[in-house]
Formats: sequence, structure tokens, C-alpha cells
Amino acid sequence: MMLAPVPAAPARLDAFVELQRVTHTYGRGDKQVHALDTTDLRIDKGDFIALVGPSGCGKSTILKLVTGLINASSGTVLVAGREVGAEPVRVGMAFQNPTLLPWLTLRDNVMLPLKIVAPFRQEYRGKRRTEFRDRIDALLAQVGLAGFADKYPWQLSGGMMQRASLCRALVHEPQLLMLDEPFGALDQFTREELWGIMQDLWMTRRPTVLLVTHDLKEAAYLANRICVMQARPGRIIEESMVAFPRPRTIAMSYDPDFVSLTQRLRELIMSARPARETVP
Amino acid sequence: MSPQLRRRFASTALIVGFFVAWELLCLAFGVKDIVLPRPSQIVITLIQRMPAIWPHALQTLYTTLVGFALGILAGVCLGALIGSSRLAYDVAYPLLVGFSSIPKVAVVPIFVLWFGAGTVPAVLTAMILCVFPIVVNVATGLATTEPELEDVMRALKASKLDILVNVGLPRTMPYFFASLKVAVTQAFVGTVIAETVASNRGIGNLMMIASSSFDVPLVFAGLLVLAALGVVLYVTFSFIEVRVTGWALRKDEFAMG
Repeated sequence: MMLAPVPAAPARLDAFVELQRVTHTYGRGDKQVHALDTTDLRIDKGDFIALVGPSGCGKSTILKLVTGLINASSGTVLVAGREVGAEPVRVGMAFQNPTLLPWLTLRDNVMLPLKIVAPFRQEYRGKRRTEFRDRIDALLAQVGLAGFADKYPWQLSGGMMQRASLCRALVHEPQLLMLDEPFGALDQFTREELWGIMQDLWMTRRPTVLLVTHDLKEAAYLANRICVMQARPGRIIEESMVAFPRPRTIAMSYDPDFVSLTQRLRELIMSARPARETVP
Repeated sequence: MSPQLRRRFASTALIVGFFVAWELLCLAFGVKDIVLPRPSQIVITLIQRMPAIWPHALQTLYTTLVGFALGILAGVCLGALIGSSRLAYDVAYPLLVGFSSIPKVAVVPIFVLWFGAGTVPAVLTAMILCVFPIVVNVATGLATTEPELEDVMRALKASKLDILVNVGLPRTMPYFFASLKVAVTQAFVGTVIAETVASNRGIGNLMMIASSSFDVPLVFAGLLVLAALGVVLYVTFSFIEVRVTGWALRKDEFAMG
């Protein structure tokens, strides 16, 4: 098992996302919060990266920087070889809350990206709507929501809404998939089932995925590489390769290697916590 | 009897009971017409003098609806502007509160000064009375859109217009329609106030003239017409509200139907 920290490799050409000496500070003056200290991160095309760490360590900040929702205070964020936003990259996002629109059926919710993102937007106005419908119904079926396309979000359970939210993040074939603790609010069984679904979706479509999570088991199950972060100021303190063969199973998570990996990550995070926060 | 049916029955009984009690108390204590006419007298007056009342009722309804329509237009535009950003919301809110706390009766003389007595000041009064609930609700609806929802849209490179059309406006609809119910009643109040002060047509004016000639049953007949119109307008917009924004009530009947 390869668990050794990855040495800082020189930037390769096929890096899809690259953070170069990026920092981020929220607010100004006295209320300034230094969310992210100088950070370098490189994600290859089609890779699956997990960011783990305590709350307030800047995980979500990295996500927002890569998506272009916020701008770095200093440093450069490159996506597809150019400054973020310069290249029209299709991005899908899923959050801890499903954030579905309550006035739309599941199908219309999942349809939303197709109404907005090029090139689907033009086709949506054209004749391909029935084709889109079929595609969405197939996608919903893939996550176990066959027959629920005409339901409204509030008629479903949290797990079902979260599945639909994943579909919405994936329907426009994003090159970049941003997952901000999407399984955090679910019960354990639903969560594990969705890990499996997520893995299937990743293996068939191969988007570049950045997963933010508190759950070390989740990170080890899903990701190719885990970046451990430290809080105040947020920075990456270690990167671990996860080399378990795919498709991974829940049974694998009881494997001694798997357990020792999660345990080691746990200790890293605990030791990196600011002293005043440790409970005696 | 289902609970819903029982509730309806009870509220109908209360309304009928109110008028019956009124009638009986007037008879029992021998209250004179000129002080408080009995409901039966009011209804008779209403029927007998319908030809005279009818044009006034139409005038009041017309004024109210025109003022209301203008109010919606102005309210939605202003509300969208104020709700478009947190900054605009915070900056504009104090002024809005200041304006909305002015007693609107006080502006009628100003409108009369500008436009002369008649329909125009009544329409404008109706408009300014109903515009504030709409502005506040639309602005609140837009300003409280979940930031994550906007993040999803922005990550999709949606334009401001895309976000407004796909998220902001639909999300604001329940607030908007809730405000319409209030606004239409307010517009109605505005119309009647203006008609009472400065007009020669409309139910408000009719009631003024009737009261100055001590035709008290006619005053009450006018009041009854106003109540009826108000209820009809309120019910109409409640109905539209349920049809359009049923999702916000999260009733299963809406989804199935």
C-alpha cells in the first residue's frame, strides 16, 4: 500500500487545475479572516481529490476559488491551463444541502444546467428537449430515482433529494465536479450507498472531482488522493495517495490497510488542530 | 363531518349570527334608522337604489384596479431593484420605511393640488397605498435567496438575468402573491379615501353625500358594497396565489393536481 506523502512534484502539462501560491483572506480591517495560507495544489484531468480537515481550514474556500466564485487574494488559480474563468469549463456543484428548487419537479431541477450551460442551452431552445428528458430520466434511474422524475423535492426524503442534487451536478457532463460535503447530512446507509453510486458515475464519466469532506472513510473510499488540511490559517499539510483497486467496496473499508490509512489521517488532523481547541 | 367542512360551517354560522344579532338587538332596543339601520333595511335600500349605487361601485372598482395595476408595476420594478443586491437593500430600506409610514390620507390633498379632483388622485392614492407591501415583499424575496442556490447558478456561468429568471423570480412569487392580497385591499382603502376627500363619483363619494343628507341606510348600503368588493378582490388573489405558488404551501394536492 502506498501511503507515503507525495513529494512536491513539478507541474505537469496535463494538470487540469492548478493553484500556485494562492492565499485568500475574507473581509477587511479588523474583521479580516485569513482563510487560506499560501497553497499549491495540482489536480490532473480525470483525477479524484479529497480535501479533509477540521472546520474552518479553508476546504470550501479552495472549492470556491477553483470554481471562480471568489477570487484569490494573491497567487494564481489555473483551470484548463488558463486563469480561472478565462476558459469556458463546465462545472458541476453539489452541496451539503440539496439546494433543489422547490417549485420544479425533479426532472426540471436536473434540467436546469441544460437550460443554462453552453452548448446545451442552444439545443434546449431547439428540438432536443425530449432527448434531454430521456437522458435525465436515465440518469435519475442510475441513482435509484426511477419513477420519481415528476415528484417535487419536498415530497422526497433527504437522501433522495441529495441523489437528485448529484444528478443536477452531473447532467451537463461537467469537466470539473465540485462536491462540498454532499453526503454529510445523510444517514450512514444512504451515505455508503451514494458513495458507490458516486464511484460508478466517476468511473463511467471521468470528470475531475474535488471532494470536500469531514468523513475520512468517505475520502479514502472515493478519492485517488487525499489532501489533509490544517485550520487557521488554512493550508495543506499532507497529501496521501490512495491506491486501493477500483471499484472499491464498503467491505474494503474494514481492511487493515484502509483502517490504518484513516487512522493516520485522523491523527494528523487531531495533531494539527490549534492547541486551544483540544479537549483535555 | 370533516374538520374542514365543520370549519366552513362554523364561519358561515358566525357571519349569519352576526347579522341576526344586529337585527335583533336593533329591534329589541328600538334603535332608530338614523343611528344604526337594521341589516334588513340596508339590504332593502341596497336593492331599491341599486341603479343609483351601481355606477359608483363600478367607478370604485375601476379606480382600485387601475391603481392596483400601476402599484404592481411600480412595486415589482422597485422591489427587483432594491432586492437585487444586499447593498441596495440595506441602503434603500430606511427611506422605504420612512415613506411607508406616512399616513397616505395626508397625500391626497397634494394629488388634488397637482391633478385636480376626480379619478386621477384616487388612482394615485390607491397606487401608493398598495405599492409598499409589494416592494417590501418582492425585495425581501429576492434578497433572501439562498447563497448556495446562487453559487450553483454562478458555477454554471449563469448571467444575472439567468439567475433572476430561473431562481430569483420564481422564489419570490410566494412573497409577491402574499403581498398582492394585502395590496389589493390597501388599494381599495386608498380609492375610497380619495373619493371621500375629492371626487364626485365612487362609493366613497356616495357615502359622503348620503351622510351629509342623513340618509344613513344608504351610507350603510355603501359600506356593504365596499365590504363585498373587498372580499371579492381578496378571495380572487388568494385563489390565484394558491394556484401559482402552491409549491410553497407544500400540499400534496398541488403536486398531484
